[in-house]
Amino acid sequence: MNWTAVATIYKAEMARFWRTFLQSFISPVLSTSLYFVVFGSAIGSRIQEVDGVEYGAFIVPGLVMLSVITQSISNASFGIYFPKFIGNIYEILSAPINFLEVVAGFAGAAATKSLFIGVVILCTASLFVDLSIQHPVAMVAFLVLTCLSFSLMGFIIGIWAGNFEQLQLVPLLVVTPLVFLGGSFYSISMLPPVWQTITLFNPVVYLVSGFRWAFFGQADVPVLLSLCAIGGFTLACMAVIWWIFKTGWRIRA
Amino acid sequence: MAAILSIRDLRKMYDGGFEALKGVSLDIEEGEILALLGPNGAGKTTLISTVCGITTATSGSVSVGGFDNVSQFRAARALIGLVPQEITLEPFTKVLDTVTFSRGLFGKPANAELIGSILRKLSLWEKRDSRIMDLSGGMKRRVLIAKALAHEPRILFLDEPTAGVDVELRKDMWEIVRELKAGGVTIILTTHYIEEAEAIADRVGVITGGELLLVEAKEQLMARMGQKQLEVQLAKPVEAVPEALSQHNLQLVNGGGGLLYTYDTRAERTGITTLLNDVAQAGLVLSDVQTRESSLEDIFVGLVSTGGDSKGAAEGDAA
Repeated sequence: MNWTAVATIYKAEMARFWRTFLQSFISPVLSTSLYFVVFGSAIGSRIQEVDGVEYGAFIVPGLVMLSVITQSISNASFGIYFPKFIGNIYEILSAPINFLEVVAGFAGAAATKSLFIGVVILCTASLFVDLSIQHPVAMVAFLVLTCLSFSLMGFIIGIWAGNFEQLQLVPLLVVTPLVFLGGSFYSISMLPPVWQTITLFNPVVYLVSGFRWAFFGQADVPVLLSLCAIGGFTLACMAVIWWIFKTGWRIRA
Repeated sequence: MAAILSIRDLRKMYDGGFEALKGVSLDIEEGEILALLGPNGAGKTTLISTVCGITTATSGSVSVGGFDNVSQFRAARALIGLVPQEITLEPFTKVLDTVTFSRGLFGKPANAELIGSILRKLSLWEKRDSRIMDLSGGMKRRVLIAKALAHEPRILFLDEPTAGVDVELRKDMWEIVRELKAGGVTIILTTHYIEEAEAIADRVGVITGGELLLVEAKEQLMARMGQKQLEVQLAKPVEAVPEALSQHNLQLVNGGGGLLYTYDTRAERTGITTLLNDVAQAGLVLSDVQTRESSLEDIFVGLVSTGGDSKGAAEGDAA
Protein backbone atom coordinates (compact mmCIF):
# COMPACT_ATOMS: atom_id res chain seq x y z
CA MET A 1 0.00 0.00 0.00
CA ASN A 2 1.37 3.39 -1.06
CA TRP A 3 0.24 5.36 2.00
CA THR A 4 2.09 8.50 0.98
CA ALA A 5 -0.01 8.61 -2.19
CA VAL A 6 -3.23 7.97 -0.24
CA ALA A 7 -2.38 10.79 2.16
CA THR A 8 -1.48 13.06 -0.76
CA ILE A 9 -4.83 12.57 -2.51
CA TYR A 10 -6.66 12.84 0.81
CA LYS A 11 -4.95 16.10 1.74
CA ALA A 12 -5.50 17.63 -1.70
CA GLU A 13 -9.20 16.77 -1.55
CA MET A 14 -9.51 18.11 1.99
CA ALA A 15 -7.77 21.31 0.88
CA ARG A 16 -10.70 21.93 -1.46
CA PHE A 17 -13.03 21.52 1.50
CA TRP A 18 -11.11 24.01 3.65
CA ARG A 19 -11.05 26.50 0.79
CA THR A 20 -14.83 26.56 0.93
CA PHE A 21 -15.06 25.91 4.65
CA LEU A 22 -17.45 28.67 5.55
CA GLN A 23 -19.89 27.54 2.90
CA SER A 24 -19.46 23.89 3.94
CA PHE A 25 -20.21 24.83 7.52
CA ILE A 26 -22.94 27.42 7.21
CA SER A 27 -25.05 25.62 4.63
CA PRO A 28 -25.88 22.52 6.75
CA VAL A 29 -26.36 24.61 9.88
CA LEU A 30 -28.80 26.85 8.05
CA SER A 31 -30.76 24.08 6.34
CA THR A 32 -31.01 22.04 9.56
CA SER A 33 -32.25 25.07 11.46
CA LEU A 34 -34.87 25.63 8.76
CA TYR A 35 -36.03 22.02 8.99
CA PHE A 36 -36.44 22.44 12.74
CA VAL A 37 -38.30 25.69 12.42
CA VAL A 38 -40.70 24.16 9.86
CA PHE A 39 -41.05 20.53 10.89
CA GLY A 40 -39.99 20.75 14.49
CA SER A 41 -41.82 23.82 15.70
CA ALA A 42 -44.44 24.91 13.17
CA ILE A 43 -45.76 21.50 12.13
CA GLY A 44 -44.13 19.24 14.70
CA SER A 45 -45.94 20.90 17.59
CA ARG A 46 -49.19 19.61 16.09
CA ILE A 47 -47.89 16.10 15.62
CA GLN A 48 -48.12 13.64 18.45
CA GLU A 49 -45.12 11.71 19.64
CA VAL A 50 -43.90 9.02 17.27
CA ASP A 51 -43.07 5.72 18.96
CA GLY A 52 -42.88 7.58 22.23
CA VAL A 53 -40.36 10.11 20.89
CA GLU A 54 -41.12 13.80 20.49
CA TYR A 55 -41.43 14.54 16.75
CA GLY A 56 -38.69 17.18 16.75
CA ALA A 57 -36.21 14.67 18.13
CA PHE A 58 -37.62 11.83 16.00
CA ILE A 59 -36.60 13.50 12.74
CA VAL A 60 -33.00 14.21 13.82
CA PRO A 61 -31.51 10.85 12.71
CA GLY A 62 -33.34 11.08 9.37
CA LEU A 63 -32.20 14.65 8.90
CA VAL A 64 -28.58 13.70 9.57
CA MET A 65 -28.86 10.77 7.16
CA LEU A 66 -30.40 12.97 4.46
CA SER A 67 -27.52 15.44 4.63
CA VAL A 68 -24.79 12.87 5.06
CA ILE A 69 -25.96 10.74 2.13
CA THR A 70 -26.40 13.74 -0.16
CA GLN A 71 -23.08 15.27 0.86
CA SER A 72 -21.14 12.01 0.54
CA ILE A 73 -22.39 11.46 -2.96
CA SER A 74 -21.86 15.01 -4.12
CA ASN A 75 -18.40 15.35 -2.54
CA ALA A 76 -17.08 12.07 -3.87
CA SER A 77 -18.62 12.33 -7.32
CA PHE A 78 -17.33 15.87 -7.78
CA GLY A 79 -13.92 14.91 -6.38
CA ILE A 80 -13.24 12.34 -9.10
CA TYR A 81 -15.27 13.97 -11.86
CA PHE A 82 -13.35 17.26 -11.63
CA PRO A 83 -9.93 15.79 -12.60
CA LYS A 84 -11.69 13.84 -15.33
CA PHE A 85 -13.27 17.06 -16.60
CA ILE A 86 -10.06 19.11 -16.41
CA GLY A 87 -7.94 16.26 -17.74
CA ASN A 88 -5.45 16.04 -14.90
CA ILE A 89 -6.67 12.54 -14.10
CA TYR A 90 -3.73 11.51 -16.32
CA GLU A 91 -1.56 12.05 -13.28
CA ILE A 92 -3.49 9.57 -11.18
CA LEU A 93 -3.63 7.01 -13.96
CA SER A 94 0.10 7.19 -14.60
CA ALA A 95 1.15 7.16 -10.95
CA PRO A 96 2.40 3.97 -9.27
CA ILE A 97 -0.82 3.49 -7.30
CA ASN A 98 -3.61 0.92 -7.44
CA PHE A 99 -7.38 1.38 -7.31
CA LEU A 100 -7.59 0.83 -3.57
CA GLU A 101 -5.22 3.72 -2.93
CA VAL A 102 -7.06 6.04 -5.31
CA VAL A 103 -10.41 5.19 -3.71
CA ALA A 104 -9.03 5.44 -0.17
CA GLY A 105 -7.82 8.96 -0.93
CA PHE A 106 -10.90 10.27 -2.75
CA ALA A 107 -13.69 8.45 -0.90
CA GLY A 108 -11.86 8.83 2.42
CA ALA A 109 -11.78 12.61 2.02
CA ALA A 110 -15.40 12.76 0.85
CA ALA A 111 -16.49 10.65 3.83
CA THR A 112 -14.53 12.88 6.22
CA LYS A 113 -16.27 15.97 4.88
CA SER A 114 -19.73 14.50 5.20
CA LEU A 115 -18.92 13.11 8.64
CA PHE A 116 -17.98 16.61 9.69
CA ILE A 117 -21.24 17.94 8.31
CA GLY A 118 -23.17 15.17 10.09
CA VAL A 119 -21.60 16.17 13.38
CA VAL A 120 -22.36 19.84 12.73
CA ILE A 121 -26.02 18.97 12.12
CA LEU A 122 -26.19 16.90 15.30
CA CYS A 123 -24.75 19.79 17.28
CA THR A 124 -27.19 22.22 15.66
CA ALA A 125 -30.10 19.87 16.37
CA SER A 126 -29.11 19.59 20.02
CA LEU A 127 -29.74 23.33 20.29
CA PHE A 128 -33.40 22.78 19.34
CA VAL A 129 -34.30 19.45 20.94
CA ASP A 130 -33.20 17.17 23.74
CA LEU A 131 -31.12 14.47 22.14
CA SER A 132 -30.40 11.26 23.93
CA ILE A 133 -28.11 8.75 22.32
CA GLN A 134 -28.72 5.30 23.79
CA HIS A 135 -26.10 3.44 21.77
CA PRO A 136 -23.29 5.91 21.01
CA VAL A 137 -20.89 3.33 19.54
CA ALA A 138 -23.55 2.03 17.15
CA MET A 139 -24.47 5.62 16.29
CA VAL A 140 -20.87 6.44 15.31
CA ALA A 141 -20.55 3.13 13.42
CA PHE A 142 -23.72 3.78 11.40
CA LEU A 143 -22.67 7.35 10.69
CA VAL A 144 -19.17 6.43 9.57
CA LEU A 145 -20.34 3.47 7.47
CA THR A 146 -23.00 5.58 5.77
CA CYS A 147 -20.49 8.32 4.96
CA LEU A 148 -18.08 5.77 3.56
CA SER A 149 -20.50 3.67 1.55
CA PHE A 150 -22.23 6.63 -0.08
CA SER A 151 -18.87 8.23 -0.81
CA LEU A 152 -18.00 5.04 -2.67
CA MET A 153 -21.29 5.31 -4.54
CA GLY A 154 -20.51 8.95 -5.30
CA PHE A 155 -17.10 7.92 -6.62
CA ILE A 156 -18.82 5.52 -9.04
CA ILE A 157 -21.25 8.23 -10.15
CA GLY A 158 -18.32 10.61 -10.71
CA ILE A 159 -16.61 8.10 -12.96
CA TRP A 160 -19.83 7.27 -14.78
CA ALA A 161 -20.87 10.90 -15.37
CA GLY A 162 -20.04 12.30 -18.78
CA ASN A 163 -21.06 15.87 -17.94
CA PHE A 164 -22.14 18.03 -15.03
CA GLU A 165 -25.81 17.32 -15.72
CA GLN A 166 -25.34 13.59 -15.25
CA LEU A 167 -23.37 14.32 -12.12
CA GLN A 168 -26.53 15.81 -10.62
CA LEU A 169 -28.91 13.28 -12.13
CA VAL A 170 -28.55 10.31 -9.79
CA PRO A 171 -28.50 12.33 -6.55
CA LEU A 172 -31.53 14.31 -7.72
CA LEU A 173 -33.66 11.63 -9.32
CA VAL A 174 -32.75 8.60 -7.24
CA VAL A 175 -31.17 9.47 -3.94
CA THR A 176 -33.37 12.34 -2.79
CA PRO A 177 -36.66 10.40 -3.30
CA LEU A 178 -35.20 7.31 -1.67
CA VAL A 179 -34.09 9.30 1.37
CA PHE A 180 -37.36 11.21 1.68
CA LEU A 181 -39.37 7.99 1.28
CA GLY A 182 -36.99 6.06 3.50
CA GLY A 183 -38.65 6.98 6.75
CA SER A 184 -36.48 10.01 7.48
CA PHE A 185 -39.48 12.02 8.65
CA TYR A 186 -41.93 9.27 9.65
CA SER A 187 -42.08 5.79 11.07
CA ILE A 188 -42.86 3.00 8.62
CA SER A 189 -45.63 1.85 10.94
CA MET A 190 -47.48 5.06 10.04
CA LEU A 191 -47.88 3.84 6.42
CA PRO A 192 -50.74 1.72 5.02
CA PRO A 193 -49.83 -2.03 5.08
CA VAL A 194 -49.09 -2.26 1.34
CA TRP A 195 -46.64 0.60 1.48
CA GLN A 196 -45.02 -0.86 4.56
CA THR A 197 -44.01 -3.83 2.40
CA ILE A 198 -43.02 -1.79 -0.66
CA THR A 199 -40.89 0.54 1.39
CA LEU A 200 -38.76 -2.40 2.54
CA PHE A 201 -37.21 -2.42 -0.95
CA ASN A 202 -35.78 1.01 -0.25
CA PRO A 203 -32.24 0.52 1.08
CA VAL A 204 -32.30 3.86 2.89
CA VAL A 205 -35.03 2.51 5.21
CA TYR A 206 -32.47 0.18 6.78
CA LEU A 207 -29.98 2.97 7.31
CA VAL A 208 -32.42 5.41 8.87
CA SER A 209 -33.98 2.69 10.98
CA GLY A 210 -30.64 1.47 12.33
CA PHE A 211 -29.42 4.99 12.93
CA ARG A 212 -32.59 5.92 14.74
CA TRP A 213 -32.29 2.81 16.88
CA ALA A 214 -28.87 4.02 18.02
CA PHE A 215 -30.57 7.17 19.31
CA PHE A 216 -33.88 5.98 20.72
CA GLY A 217 -33.59 2.19 20.96
CA GLN A 218 -36.48 1.70 18.52
CA ALA A 219 -36.25 0.48 14.95
CA ASP A 220 -38.54 -0.26 12.00
CA VAL A 221 -36.39 -3.22 10.95
CA PRO A 222 -34.01 -5.39 13.00
CA VAL A 223 -30.71 -3.64 13.72
CA LEU A 224 -28.64 -6.56 12.50
CA LEU A 225 -30.44 -6.39 9.17
CA SER A 226 -29.60 -2.69 8.99
CA LEU A 227 -25.93 -3.40 9.60
CA CYS A 228 -25.93 -6.19 7.02
CA ALA A 229 -27.63 -3.91 4.50
CA ILE A 230 -25.08 -1.12 4.83
CA GLY A 231 -22.19 -3.60 4.97
CA GLY A 232 -23.45 -5.32 1.82
CA PHE A 233 -23.91 -1.98 0.07
CA THR A 234 -20.31 -0.99 0.92
CA LEU A 235 -18.97 -4.27 -0.44
CA ALA A 236 -21.07 -3.98 -3.59
CA CYS A 237 -19.68 -0.48 -4.24
CA MET A 238 -16.12 -1.71 -3.68
CA ALA A 239 -16.69 -4.54 -6.14
CA VAL A 240 -17.97 -2.12 -8.78
CA ILE A 241 -14.97 0.19 -8.26
CA TRP A 242 -12.58 -2.76 -8.46
CA TRP A 243 -14.21 -3.71 -11.78
CA ILE A 244 -13.98 -0.11 -13.03
CA PHE A 245 -10.24 0.01 -12.45
CA LYS A 246 -9.74 -3.49 -13.77
CA THR A 247 -11.47 -2.76 -17.05
CA GLY A 248 -10.68 0.94 -17.20
CA TRP A 249 -14.39 1.67 -17.78
CA ARG A 250 -14.82 5.39 -18.47
CA ILE A 251 -11.37 6.25 -17.15
CA ARG A 252 -8.81 4.41 -19.24
CA ALA A 253 -9.14 4.11 -23.00
CA MET B 1 24.26 1.81 -23.95
CA ALA B 2 21.49 -0.26 -22.40
CA ALA B 3 17.86 0.27 -23.35
CA ILE B 4 15.94 1.88 -20.49
CA LEU B 5 12.66 1.57 -22.33
CA SER B 6 11.82 -1.36 -24.51
CA ILE B 7 8.59 -1.48 -26.50
CA ARG B 8 7.70 -4.73 -28.27
CA ASP B 9 5.03 -5.11 -30.94
CA LEU B 10 2.69 -2.70 -29.20
CA ARG B 11 -0.82 -2.62 -30.60
CA LYS B 12 -3.76 -0.49 -29.62
CA MET B 13 -7.21 -0.91 -31.05
CA TYR B 14 -9.77 1.53 -29.67
CA ASP B 15 -13.34 0.43 -28.97
CA GLY B 16 -14.61 2.00 -32.16
CA GLY B 17 -12.30 -0.28 -34.16
CA PHE B 18 -9.68 2.38 -34.87
CA GLU B 19 -6.19 0.90 -34.74
CA ALA B 20 -3.98 3.64 -33.32
CA LEU B 21 -0.84 1.54 -32.95
CA LYS B 22 -0.05 -1.25 -35.39
CA GLY B 23 2.73 -3.18 -33.76
CA VAL B 24 5.30 -0.61 -32.66
CA SER B 25 8.68 -1.85 -31.46
CA LEU B 26 11.24 0.57 -30.13
CA ASP B 27 14.26 0.60 -27.84
CA ILE B 28 15.24 3.80 -26.12
CA GLU B 29 18.70 4.13 -24.71
CA GLU B 30 19.42 5.60 -21.34
CA GLY B 31 20.35 9.26 -21.46
CA GLU B 32 19.30 9.97 -25.04
CA ILE B 33 16.79 12.42 -26.44
CA LEU B 34 14.47 10.74 -28.90
CA ALA B 35 12.09 12.84 -30.94
CA LEU B 36 9.00 11.13 -32.31
CA LEU B 37 7.95 12.97 -35.42
CA GLY B 38 4.62 12.51 -37.06
CA PRO B 39 1.51 14.29 -38.27
CA ASN B 40 -1.60 14.73 -36.13
CA GLY B 41 -3.31 11.44 -35.45
CA ALA B 42 -0.15 9.43 -36.15
CA GLY B 43 -0.33 7.60 -32.83
CA LYS B 44 2.30 9.58 -30.92
CA THR B 45 0.09 10.37 -27.93
CA THR B 46 -1.41 6.88 -27.89
CA LEU B 47 2.11 5.43 -27.77
CA ILE B 48 3.06 7.62 -24.83
CA SER B 49 -0.25 7.02 -23.05
CA THR B 50 0.12 3.28 -23.39
CA VAL B 51 3.65 3.30 -22.00
CA CYS B 52 2.55 5.47 -19.07
CA GLY B 53 -0.52 3.39 -18.21
CA ILE B 54 -3.19 5.88 -19.23
CA THR B 55 -4.26 3.68 -22.11
CA THR B 56 -4.37 -0.11 -22.02
CA ALA B 57 -2.50 -1.90 -24.81
CA THR B 58 -4.43 -4.40 -26.93
CA SER B 59 -1.30 -6.52 -27.21
CA GLY B 60 2.46 -6.25 -26.97
CA SER B 61 4.69 -5.37 -24.05
CA VAL B 62 6.51 -2.43 -22.55
CA SER B 63 9.49 -2.78 -20.26
CA VAL B 64 10.68 0.24 -18.29
CA GLY B 65 14.07 -0.13 -16.65
CA GLY B 66 13.53 -3.88 -16.83
CA PHE B 67 10.05 -3.76 -15.25
CA ASP B 68 6.93 -4.76 -17.14
CA ASN B 69 4.56 -1.78 -17.24
CA VAL B 70 1.50 -3.93 -16.41
CA SER B 71 2.58 -6.70 -14.03
CA GLN B 72 5.21 -4.51 -12.32
CA PHE B 73 3.44 -1.21 -12.84
CA ARG B 74 4.59 0.35 -9.58
CA ALA B 75 8.29 -0.04 -10.31
CA ALA B 76 7.83 0.82 -13.99
CA ARG B 77 5.73 3.95 -13.48
CA ALA B 78 7.99 5.24 -10.70
CA LEU B 79 10.68 5.77 -13.34
CA ILE B 80 8.49 7.79 -15.69
CA GLY B 81 7.51 11.44 -15.72
CA LEU B 82 4.87 12.65 -18.18
CA VAL B 83 4.25 16.13 -19.53
CA PRO B 84 0.93 15.96 -21.38
CA GLN B 85 0.12 17.82 -24.54
CA GLU B 86 -2.88 19.70 -23.17
CA ILE B 87 -2.58 22.07 -20.25
CA THR B 88 -4.44 20.08 -17.65
CA LEU B 89 -4.07 21.77 -14.30
CA GLU B 90 -6.53 22.49 -11.53
CA PRO B 91 -7.03 26.25 -11.83
CA PHE B 92 -7.48 27.02 -8.13
CA THR B 93 -4.39 25.33 -6.71
CA LYS B 94 -1.10 27.06 -6.12
CA VAL B 95 2.05 26.23 -8.05
CA LEU B 96 3.98 24.89 -5.06
CA ASP B 97 1.02 22.80 -3.87
CA THR B 98 0.38 21.13 -7.20
CA VAL B 99 4.05 20.26 -7.71
CA THR B 100 4.29 18.90 -4.15
CA PHE B 101 1.12 16.89 -4.83
CA SER B 102 2.74 15.22 -7.84
CA ARG B 103 5.69 14.06 -5.76
CA GLY B 104 3.44 12.63 -3.06
CA LEU B 105 1.30 10.84 -5.61
CA PHE B 106 4.35 8.84 -6.60
CA GLY B 107 4.84 7.85 -2.98
CA LYS B 108 7.98 9.90 -2.47
CA PRO B 109 8.54 11.60 0.88
CA ALA B 110 8.24 15.39 0.94
CA ASN B 111 11.41 17.19 -0.13
CA ALA B 112 10.96 20.95 -0.08
CA GLU B 113 14.55 21.52 -1.13
CA LEU B 114 14.21 19.44 -4.28
CA ILE B 115 10.86 21.00 -5.23
CA GLY B 116 12.42 24.41 -4.66
CA SER B 117 15.32 23.64 -6.96
CA ILE B 118 12.99 22.31 -9.69
CA LEU B 119 10.88 25.47 -9.46
CA ARG B 120 13.96 27.68 -9.64
CA LYS B 121 15.33 25.80 -12.62
CA LEU B 122 12.05 26.35 -14.44
CA SER B 123 11.85 30.03 -13.41
CA LEU B 124 8.74 29.29 -11.35
CA TRP B 125 10.06 30.03 -7.88
CA GLU B 126 8.75 33.60 -7.87
CA LYS B 127 5.33 32.26 -8.83
CA ARG B 128 5.22 29.45 -6.27
CA ASP B 129 2.33 30.99 -4.37
CA SER B 130 0.37 32.02 -7.46
CA ARG B 131 -2.75 30.18 -8.43
CA ILE B 132 -2.60 28.26 -11.72
CA MET B 133 -5.42 30.37 -13.16
CA ASP B 134 -3.28 33.50 -12.77
CA LEU B 135 -0.37 32.14 -14.82
CA SER B 136 0.38 32.68 -18.51
CA GLY B 137 0.19 29.74 -20.93
CA GLY B 138 3.96 29.42 -20.99
CA MET B 139 4.18 29.35 -17.22
CA LYS B 140 1.51 26.66 -17.08
CA ARG B 141 3.59 24.50 -19.39
CA ARG B 142 6.53 24.96 -17.07
CA VAL B 143 4.34 23.88 -14.15
CA LEU B 144 3.45 20.70 -16.06
CA ILE B 145 7.16 20.00 -16.49
CA ALA B 146 7.84 20.73 -12.82
CA LYS B 147 5.07 18.30 -11.83
CA ALA B 148 6.52 15.60 -14.06
CA LEU B 149 9.99 16.11 -12.55
CA ALA B 150 8.85 16.25 -8.93
CA HIS B 151 9.32 12.53 -8.33
CA GLU B 152 12.78 12.49 -9.95
CA PRO B 153 11.93 10.31 -12.97
CA ARG B 154 14.65 8.73 -15.06
CA ILE B 155 12.55 8.93 -18.20
CA LEU B 156 10.62 12.02 -19.20
CA PHE B 157 7.91 12.05 -21.85
CA LEU B 158 7.16 15.43 -23.38
CA ASP B 159 4.06 15.26 -25.54
CA GLU B 160 4.31 18.15 -27.99
CA PRO B 161 5.87 20.48 -25.45
CA THR B 162 6.02 23.39 -27.86
CA ALA B 163 2.69 23.10 -29.67
CA GLY B 164 1.20 26.58 -29.81
CA VAL B 165 4.14 28.09 -27.98
CA ASP B 166 5.93 31.25 -29.17
CA VAL B 167 9.49 31.17 -30.48
CA GLU B 168 11.01 32.57 -27.31
CA LEU B 169 9.39 29.98 -25.09
CA ARG B 170 10.18 27.21 -27.52
CA LYS B 171 13.88 28.03 -27.23
CA ASP B 172 13.55 28.09 -23.45
CA MET B 173 11.94 24.64 -23.59
CA TRP B 174 14.80 23.30 -25.68
CA GLU B 175 17.26 24.69 -23.15
CA ILE B 176 15.38 23.00 -20.34
CA VAL B 177 15.41 19.70 -22.22
CA ARG B 178 19.16 19.96 -22.78
CA GLU B 179 19.73 20.63 -19.08
CA LEU B 180 17.62 17.62 -18.14
CA LYS B 181 19.62 15.45 -20.47
CA ALA B 182 22.82 16.75 -18.91
CA GLY B 183 21.35 15.65 -15.58
CA GLY B 184 21.03 12.09 -16.92
CA VAL B 185 17.31 12.04 -17.75
CA THR B 186 16.22 10.09 -20.82
CA ILE B 187 13.82 12.18 -22.87
CA ILE B 188 11.22 11.17 -25.39
CA LEU B 189 9.41 14.05 -27.01
CA THR B 190 6.80 14.12 -29.68
CA THR B 191 6.54 16.91 -32.17
CA HIS B 192 5.43 17.69 -35.64
CA TYR B 193 8.07 20.34 -36.09
CA ILE B 194 11.10 19.01 -37.93
CA GLU B 195 13.15 21.96 -36.59
CA GLU B 196 12.44 20.87 -33.07
CA ALA B 197 13.83 17.41 -33.65
CA GLU B 198 16.77 18.99 -35.40
CA ALA B 199 17.49 21.33 -32.53
CA ILE B 200 17.55 18.91 -29.65
CA ALA B 201 17.20 15.23 -30.54
CA ASP B 202 19.92 12.60 -30.66
CA ARG B 203 17.71 10.21 -32.58
CA VAL B 204 14.54 10.73 -34.51
CA GLY B 205 11.68 8.28 -34.95
CA VAL B 206 9.03 8.83 -37.58
CA ILE B 207 5.54 7.59 -36.85
CA THR B 208 2.49 7.76 -39.05
CA GLY B 209 -0.75 5.82 -39.23
CA GLY B 210 0.16 3.92 -36.06
CA GLU B 211 3.40 2.59 -37.50
CA LEU B 212 6.94 3.51 -36.64
CA LEU B 213 8.49 3.99 -40.04
CA LEU B 214 12.05 4.40 -38.94
CA VAL B 215 14.29 5.43 -36.09
CA GLU B 216 17.72 6.76 -36.82
CA ALA B 217 20.36 9.20 -35.73
CA LYS B 218 19.41 12.79 -36.37
CA GLU B 219 22.35 13.56 -38.63
CA GLN B 220 21.47 10.80 -41.08
CA LEU B 221 17.88 11.84 -41.20
CA MET B 222 18.63 15.51 -41.62
CA ALA B 223 20.78 14.77 -44.62
CA ARG B 224 17.69 13.45 -46.35
CA MET B 225 15.29 16.01 -45.08
CA GLY B 226 17.44 18.78 -46.54
CA GLN B 227 16.83 17.61 -50.09
CA LYS B 228 14.70 19.51 -52.49
CA GLN B 229 13.68 19.02 -56.11
CA LEU B 230 13.59 21.36 -59.06
CA GLU B 231 11.52 20.41 -62.06
CA VAL B 232 12.32 22.03 -65.35
CA GLN B 233 9.44 21.75 -67.79
CA LEU B 234 10.45 21.77 -71.41
CA ALA B 235 8.62 23.39 -74.30
CA LYS B 236 9.45 20.34 -76.43
CA PRO B 237 9.84 16.88 -74.90
CA VAL B 238 13.16 15.08 -75.24
CA GLU B 239 13.81 11.35 -75.48
CA ALA B 240 16.77 11.24 -73.12
CA VAL B 241 18.69 13.56 -70.84
CA PRO B 242 21.05 15.42 -73.19
CA GLU B 243 24.71 14.43 -72.87
CA ALA B 244 25.71 18.00 -71.98
CA LEU B 245 23.61 17.78 -68.80
CA SER B 246 24.80 14.38 -67.59
CA GLN B 247 26.89 15.88 -64.77
CA HIS B 248 23.72 17.10 -63.06
CA ASN B 249 22.26 13.63 -62.46
CA LEU B 250 18.89 14.57 -63.91
CA GLN B 251 15.88 12.34 -64.13
CA LEU B 252 13.55 12.39 -67.06
CA VAL B 253 9.92 12.89 -65.99
CA ASN B 254 6.51 13.45 -67.60
CA GLY B 255 7.40 11.30 -70.58
CA GLY B 256 10.38 13.47 -71.47
CA GLY B 257 8.50 16.72 -70.91
CA GLY B 258 10.47 17.57 -67.79
CA LEU B 259 13.82 17.22 -66.10
CA LEU B 260 14.06 16.60 -62.38
CA TYR B 261 17.01 17.92 -60.42
CA THR B 262 17.58 16.97 -56.78
CA TYR B 263 19.73 19.26 -54.65
CA ASP B 264 20.69 19.84 -51.06
CA THR B 265 19.45 23.07 -49.56
CA ARG B 266 22.19 22.95 -46.95
CA ALA B 267 25.02 22.74 -49.46
CA GLU B 268 27.07 25.85 -50.06
CA ARG B 269 25.97 25.80 -53.69
CA THR B 270 22.73 24.32 -54.90
CA GLY B 271 23.98 24.15 -58.50
CA ILE B 272 20.78 25.64 -59.84
CA THR B 273 22.43 28.52 -61.71
CA THR B 274 24.87 26.20 -63.46
CA LEU B 275 22.08 23.79 -64.30
CA LEU B 276 19.88 26.45 -65.84
CA ASN B 277 22.83 27.83 -67.83
CA ASP B 278 23.67 24.35 -69.10
CA VAL B 279 20.03 23.70 -70.00
CA ALA B 280 19.97 26.91 -72.07
CA GLN B 281 23.28 26.07 -73.73
CA ALA B 282 22.03 22.61 -74.63
CA GLY B 283 19.42 24.41 -76.69
CA LEU B 284 16.42 23.38 -74.58
CA VAL B 285 13.54 25.83 -74.20
CA LEU B 286 11.92 26.08 -70.80
CA SER B 287 8.18 26.46 -70.41
CA ASP B 288 8.12 26.48 -66.61
CA VAL B 289 10.23 25.85 -63.54
CA GLN B 290 9.01 24.67 -60.17
CA THR B 291 10.56 23.47 -56.95
CA ARG B 292 9.05 21.18 -54.38
CA GLU B 293 9.94 19.87 -51.01
CA SER B 294 8.58 16.50 -49.99
CA SER B 295 6.74 16.54 -46.69
CA LEU B 296 7.91 14.30 -43.90
CA GLU B 297 5.05 12.00 -44.57
CA ASP B 298 5.68 11.84 -48.34
CA ILE B 299 9.28 10.91 -47.81
CA PHE B 300 8.68 8.16 -45.33
CA VAL B 301 5.54 6.70 -46.80
CA GLY B 302 7.61 6.49 -49.98
CA LEU B 303 10.38 4.80 -48.06
CA VAL B 304 8.10 2.17 -46.65
CA SER B 305 6.40 1.36 -49.93
CA THR B 306 9.70 0.93 -51.75
CA GLY B 307 11.79 -0.55 -48.98
CA GLY B 308 9.38 -2.96 -47.35
CA ASP B 309 11.46 -3.08 -44.22
CA SER B 310 11.33 0.53 -43.14
CA LYS B 311 14.38 0.41 -40.95
CA GLY B 312 16.50 -1.06 -43.69
CA ALA B 313 15.39 1.38 -46.37
CA ALA B 314 18.30 2.61 -48.41
CA GLU B 315 19.15 6.25 -48.13
CA GLY B 316 19.37 6.67 -51.87
CA ASP B 317 15.64 6.05 -52.17
CA ALA B 318 14.77 9.17 -50.32
CA ALA B 319 13.02 11.98 -52.09
